[in-house]
Amino acid sequence: MAEIIVKGGFVIDPTRKIDGDVGDVAIKDGKIVDKVSSSAKVIDAKGKVVMAGGVDVHAHVAGPKVNVGRLYRPEDKLLSGFCRSAMAQKNGYRMESGFSIPSTFKTGYDYARMGYGFVMEAAMPPIHSPHVHEEIHDTPIIDEAALPVFGNNWFVMDYLKKGEVENTASYIAWLLKATKGYGVKVVNPGGTAAWGWGLNCVSLDDPVPYFEITPREIIKGLIEANEYLGLPHSMHVHQNDLGNPGNYKGTIDSLKISEGVKPKNKFGREQVMHSTHLQFHSYGGTGWGDFESKAKEVMDYVNKNKALTVDTGNVTLDETTTMTADGPFEHHLQGLNHLKWCNVDVEMETAAGVVPYVYDPNIKVCDIQWAIGLELALYAKDMNRIFITTDHPNAGPFTRYPRVMKWLMSRKARESVLNSFKHKDKVIAATTLHQIDRELTLFEIAQMTRSGPAKCLGMSNIYGGLAPGMSADVAVFDLNYKNMPSDPDMIEKAFQRAACFIKSGEVVVKDGEVVSNGHKKTVWVNVNMPENPQVKRDITQSFTKDYTVQLENYSVKDYLAPHPFVINVDVEA
Amino acid sequence: MPKLITGVGCPYCGSSCDDLEVLISDDETKVLEVHNACIIGNNLFHHANDPTRPRLPRQRQPDGSMKEIPYEEAIDYFAKTLLAAKKPLIYGFGSTNCEGMSAVGRIAEKAGAVLDNCATICHGPSFLAMFDNGYPSCTLGEAKNRADVVVFWGCNPMHAHPRHTSRYSIFPRGYFTGKGQMARTVLSIDPRETDTAKLADVHLMLDQGHDYELFDAFRTVLRGHDIPDKVAGIDKETIIKAVDIMKKARFCMIFFGMGCTHTDGRNHNIDAAISLTRDLNDHTKCSIMAMRGHYNIAGPGQVWSWQFGFPYCIDLSKGTHAHMNPGETSSIDLAMRDEVDCFVNVGADAGAHFPIQAVQHLKKHPFIAVDPNFCMASEIADLHIPVRIAGVDEPGVVYRMDNVPIQFKAVLKGLPGVPSDEELFDRVYERMCELTLTQPIWLAAKEHRKYPHNTNPMVS
Repeated sequence: MAEIIVKGGFVIDPTRKIDGDVGDVAIKDGKIVDKVSSSAKVIDAKGKVVMAGGVDVHAHVAGPKVNVGRLYRPEDKLLSGFCRSAMAQKNGYRMESGFSIPSTFKTGYDYARMGYGFVMEAAMPPIHSPHVHEEIHDTPIIDEAALPVFGNNWFVMDYLKKGEVENTASYIAWLLKATKGYGVKVVNPGGTAAWGWGLNCVSLDDPVPYFEITPREIIKGLIEANEYLGLPHSMHVHQNDLGNPGNYKGTIDSLKISEGVKPKNKFGREQVMHSTHLQFHSYGGTGWGDFESKAKEVMDYVNKNKALTVDTGNVTLDETTTMTADGPFEHHLQGLNHLKWCNVDVEMETAAGVVPYVYDPNIKVCDIQWAIGLELALYAKDMNRIFITTDHPNAGPFTRYPRVMKWLMSRKARESVLNSFKHKDKVIAATTLHQIDRELTLFEIAQMTRSGPAKCLGMSNIYGGLAPGMSADVAVFDLNYKNMPSDPDMIEKAFQRAACFIKSGEVVVKDGEVVSNGHKKTVWVNVNMPENPQVKRDITQSFTKDYTVQLENYSVKDYLAPHPFVINVDVEA
Repeated sequence: MPKLITGVGCPYCGSSCDDLEVLISDDETKVLEVHNACIIGNNLFHHANDPTRPRLPRQRQPDGSMKEIPYEEAIDYFAKTLLAAKKPLIYGFGSTNCEGMSAVGRIAEKAGAVLDNCATICHGPSFLAMFDNGYPSCTLGEAKNRADVVVFWGCNPMHAHPRHTSRYSIFPRGYFTGKGQMARTVLSIDPRETDTAKLADVHLMLDQGHDYELFDAFRTVLRGHDIPDKVAGIDKETIIKAVDIMKKARFCMIFFGMGCTHTDGRNHNIDAAISLTRDLNDHTKCSIMAMRGHYNIAGPGQVWSWQFGFPYCIDLSKGTHAHMNPGETSSIDLAMRDEVDCFVNVGADAGAHFPIQAVQHLKKHPFIAVDPNFCMASEIADLHIPVRIAGVDEPGVVYRMDNVPIQFKAVLKGLPGVPSDEELFDRVYERMCELTLTQPIWLAAKEHRKYPHNTNPMVS
């Protein structure tokens, strides 16, 4: 395959502690190598920043609730501008559509334009896994994986109630294989199962109706099962009580469940719990009137506990679409804004809800949410343990990541937004962002969007860095490390459209335009462990009696993940 | 030795039953027996054996007769016709697999076509209501395992979805519904005394075309207000009792069909139904579900939503972006205003189901039918291209009425030389690319999907 050399750029690679040294990145046969021959294609990166391809640890980009969002929001397609760019068939690319919930084609192209090479679909309802994989293979260029949800799964709740961690682990192994999934996702543990009856679990010790297990027990049990298996990624949790004033205490209590458990895996992963879109879980106050940021309190704990990784879930102040497996939360949200509400309860497994939401800068609460997301990153001590996300599309579309980077890197940009708020004084009183001088560096941004998430996912030997042997995902941005622009909008512009993006050794973006449909891969984890007759029997029984599809039709067929990259995990008996 | 294939999906109605068992001949070319299917499904599989199934495309001759032509010629005509048309309409997709729907998306983009499916004459009003009001729903297993009150409003599953009540809605003994029908209260709201109404515990025989008022009355009562003595022909006491039953349910499940979408009020009926469901969620758990007619009519809504952002009436003729405006870009309206200059009918029968004037308008232009067998559309078409029957001799993904994807098997070897929808459309696409000197756009999946004729890699 082709040889490429990205020449003379300012290389920023936290995995090798390189921070702006001028150097070359050599690529051969889809991988980074030490050097290439003189016939290599030259990409001139002089005066530009060179980083590995971005790694998005949590976004809702493929699956039934994402699609219901697309389906029921024709208005999401009506915004003008780049969403309607003339990039259809005659230029060799598929049509693009959608702002907050882009079509699969647009999703792939937009991530590539920003120099992102890997995206994790954050929540896959197992019975819908063929759907998730159909959307994944219709998403060009970027490699993707998907996390099946376990926190409200009837098998998991049954086994964990009886303290059967090994059986839980066997079930997880079976389900990862059946759904071609990547790891253990937990959403509103127990609460979404309660939502099957219209109820919820808002605190860690609220028992789930009938199953009588608590969220605390579910979280603990799934952490243990995850480590028993030694999966590449840790248990990945969206805590209970999302979005409610005062929830920060419950959040810290949930995070504390990770204490005392050691990470066990062969993938370099050091955390046992990844806590996602932390912004939604860092709220103080007792109601919307005294709503305030508790980002500092939450980050004080996160900074102390090295067994944790988190992602921010930044609010971008856009009109967007919320969608989550936290079904009861979505019902609550539609009660607040009275907009159209979709809900899908999924037999035996989970649920999902979808509600449009406008993060209006004129609304104090939205502004405080915006500030909280930024405070979390600015209070973080170890930038390799906190990652930039918007819980796309919940807090904002992923196409706003460059804007978030701008805000984190420039106090001037933050202040400009703060000054534009109608209720600026109330927002300042309820947050601490105004007092924070810190501006993140390019190196720290690279940690938060490349090396950190790759390591958290157990793929630090593949993504997130520019060391020889890694996948040749190389992004070049029009930023002069030695002469950074004084206008922060130029930072956002540079990250929005990569000067060049190479994915798996193939140039896919040039001067911000897509030039190839790439060769994406579907990544999934195959756990090899001795067969567990008890679990096998339980699964067969359940499909015979309770499910409405046949067991033999449940597992995702190979052709739906046509270019698989399988990570094998061997578990001893 | 005959072979018994289990876990077979039935490619007929929206129940998308996947528990059929089919006994096939040793050479995998004939269906011998079908177990577990309803009479419709049973017949469908046996029909696949029909020796008169066409094996070659048939083209209309100047004298009106049909002549068999090779696939290459048909594909060439198809490609040229689409390219020559300014605004072709590609419609149908109730009865084919998602792989075919995906393949046609490429063609529609290239041809600048309007892409539409049976929802445009069926549950379109439900989509319109969803666009305004949302859709609080669930998978059928939730209904089976939890529902103790089941409402059939404007639908008659005993006829249209024969095994629905056995597999999901009335009879099954689910996880929390061990007593089956004994512990369920069934309400049927229908102006006719249908077989479902006869089975129900309560039948509200409302005045035809007055569903909207009745939904509104239900909501009014639920919110604690007074209603007139009679609404839509139903007594106030009966309405109050029905609302009480629904409100006191542990899990209330509402199924609705053409009785709501195709009577006065149309999408407003569904809008009111969804509002009623949302209101009920203040009191108890309640979900609503559209009784989608075909085993994979939810398919194009799903596939085209993730590809183009819209579930139906998709106008791709601008070439730069997709545009949906039911009433303007919907099949019947386009046909009646004579705004399309080519018509392609796939996996449905516009000849049988479109208003006659719409068909007359469409017949002024090239009319292509893609269908495994003869149907009204094929009999008036300029070109009829036979394909394999999804679910019988072609596997693939289908989306059940509750949007659960099920991987259907093929049970028979395909007829020699007859392609699947997906294969046909891909060959048409390649021909269109040849004719326009452009490169086909295959995303990652396609390169490994081109499989030779007559093999069934998915039969497991």
